[in-house]
Amino acid sequence: MERLDRYLAFDPETGVVRCEGGVSLADILRSFLPRGWFLPVTPGTKFCTVGACVACDVHGKNHHHDGSFGNFARQITLLLPSGETVCCSREQNADLFFATVGGMGLTGVILEVELQLRRVETAYIVVDYVRTGNLEETLQTFHEKDAHYPYSVAWLDCVASGRGFGKGVLMFGRHAAPDRLPIKSRHNPFTVTPKRTKSVPFDLPDFVLNPVSLRAFNSVYYRFHPSREGVVTDYDTYFYPLDSILQWNRAYGKRGFVQWQCVLPYENGVQNLVRILETAQKHRTYPFLSVLKRMGEPSGGLLSFPMPGYTLALDFPVRDGLFEVLDQLDRIVIEAGGRLYLAKDARMSAETFHATYPQLPRWQAIKAQVDPKGLLQSDLARRLRMMEVLK
Amino acid sequence: MRRVLIVGATSPLARYMAHEFAQQGDTLFLAGRDVEELERVASDVRIRFGAPVYTGRFDALAIEEHEAFLQGVVQAMGGLDGVVWVAGTMDGLEEALHHPLALKRLIDVNFTGAASLLTLAARVMEEQGRGFIAGVSSVAGDRGRAQNYPYGSAKGGFSLFLQGLRNRLSKKGVQVTTIKPGFVDTRMTWGRDKLPFLASPQRVARESVQAILRGKDVAYVPAVWWLVMLIIRAIPERVFKKMNI
Repeated sequence: MERLDRYLAFDPETGVVRCEGGVSLADILRSFLPRGWFLPVTPGTKFCTVGACVACDVHGKNHHHDGSFGNFARQITLLLPSGETVCCSREQNADLFFATVGGMGLTGVILEVELQLRRVETAYIVVDYVRTGNLEETLQTFHEKDAHYPYSVAWLDCVASGRGFGKGVLMFGRHAAPDRLPIKSRHNPFTVTPKRTKSVPFDLPDFVLNPVSLRAFNSVYYRFHPSREGVVTDYDTYFYPLDSILQWNRAYGKRGFVQWQCVLPYENGVQNLVRILETAQKHRTYPFLSVLKRMGEPSGGLLSFPMPGYTLALDFPVRDGLFEVLDQLDRIVIEAGGRLYLAKDARMSAETFHATYPQLPRWQAIKAQVDPKGLLQSDLARRLRMMEVLK
Repeated sequence: MRRVLIVGATSPLARYMAHEFAQQGDTLFLAGRDVEELERVASDVRIRFGAPVYTGRFDALAIEEHEAFLQGVVQAMGGLDGVVWVAGTMDGLEEALHHPLALKRLIDVNFTGAASLLTLAARVMEEQGRGFIAGVSSVAGDRGRAQNYPYGSAKGGFSLFLQGLRNRLSKKGVQVTTIKPGFVDTRMTWGRDKLPFLASPQRVARESVQAILRGKDVAYVPAVWWLVMLIIRAIPERVFKKMNI
């Protein structure tokens, strides 16, 4: 799909771009950031295509403020399994539109997307860091400050237990105005010195990531991020810290890692968060990276992940016994009325999926309409039995 | 700022060559058979680089139309500083091994059509005493092989044509560059596994445009193919005819 990467139209007045599905986010930033336009929503990597962002209805640090990627897709051109090409939007073929936003690519090939970009004055973000001492403080700070910033995210120390349980670093950001930049950058507010990329040359052995090294990493990270206000950071460092380390996944060793991301409704959200973190700790399954964020209104995509609540993303190195622990975490999510993010999932059961995506029957009806023979399949769709009714 | 005509502009290689020129502020005329696809390539180049891009239909097989086409190009851009021939096809290769009409089509597109347009381009360049002509030939034209000699012989002929043209025009201030790509990751090579030195069209485009702008005579892209073909050409025919490469 990366060859299907042409811009078809761009309106410099409104910032609406129409492009083919294979255009990458990196490409959009390269082409339009110098003209003052930024992505309306961006996930944690820029190495993904616009088509994929629609299909996964991805979210970013601004979900509580702006919602997910689908909110900014004005129109989608789909190649249906029948070979027919159709346009859909909120007004036209709306059913197909909402089955496609978050539909994991199963309704057709996303040929073109019309996307609303965001006007910015610089390529920089002003970040306020708040370091917290425990989970209560982390959540409290979120509640107090979230509404005042378009971007927010919290890094959690998932190894800390006892008094420091759930301590972390919250990062609140907003696009910087030109007068916030250092003098020498003010003339070129959209120019960011390209970072040198590093690369992990080979799979690190499994023992590198162990409870001791994870604890050390977490406490070093915590220590190096004291509360600070008004730190001017370029967009690349703020949004895509891992993109500068090519093949960072090799750090997890040959067996790799899995990411487990859930969303928990606000009702009893705190208790459920505690249950999840405690369950992981009890089994000594420590994530290397834990990220917490608050989510706002959903986009309407029938299989979209976001719902108002807390979303917690945990990156675990694969070890014996991990998958059993994750099954336990899944059960907590089901009981809480939350769900897991399909874009990140590699292992949940069909039962968990069917129990947590209440709009699935509506999606299935539309899928059956556009693809009666079930020509478009994926490993994910087969594992989660997305086109079936579970007994 | 140059005014460059790219022929066969819907291929990935041509498209990325257009990017390379447009990035430097050149004006482009993109030509090919599929007008709708050309327009998509053109809009992309316009939006990406803010470059002025014209498009026009061109059919390598319609030789009688070539002169009027080129006049239109010169008129549209207000002049012509360079022509890059990228069009080519390998379709019908199997059939061409046994059927003269299929063979004729391969030769007409890859050799006759190319030579026709570039002869006309040479006229324009010779008259103005400057400019460049670049032809994308192929390493396949360096030695006849059992699998692809209908294509290879057309490309080999094209390489000789460019060589002669260079010999003639070098005294007139016009530069002629022969580009010989190896395997490029496009439709032409799709589905064939384990091709050696397979290169992305982006890379081949970048190195090709570099060769043109540096005024190279012959450029193998990627450069490793110079060595590969040196070795392949050096194999005695007595041995080569028994080989299967």
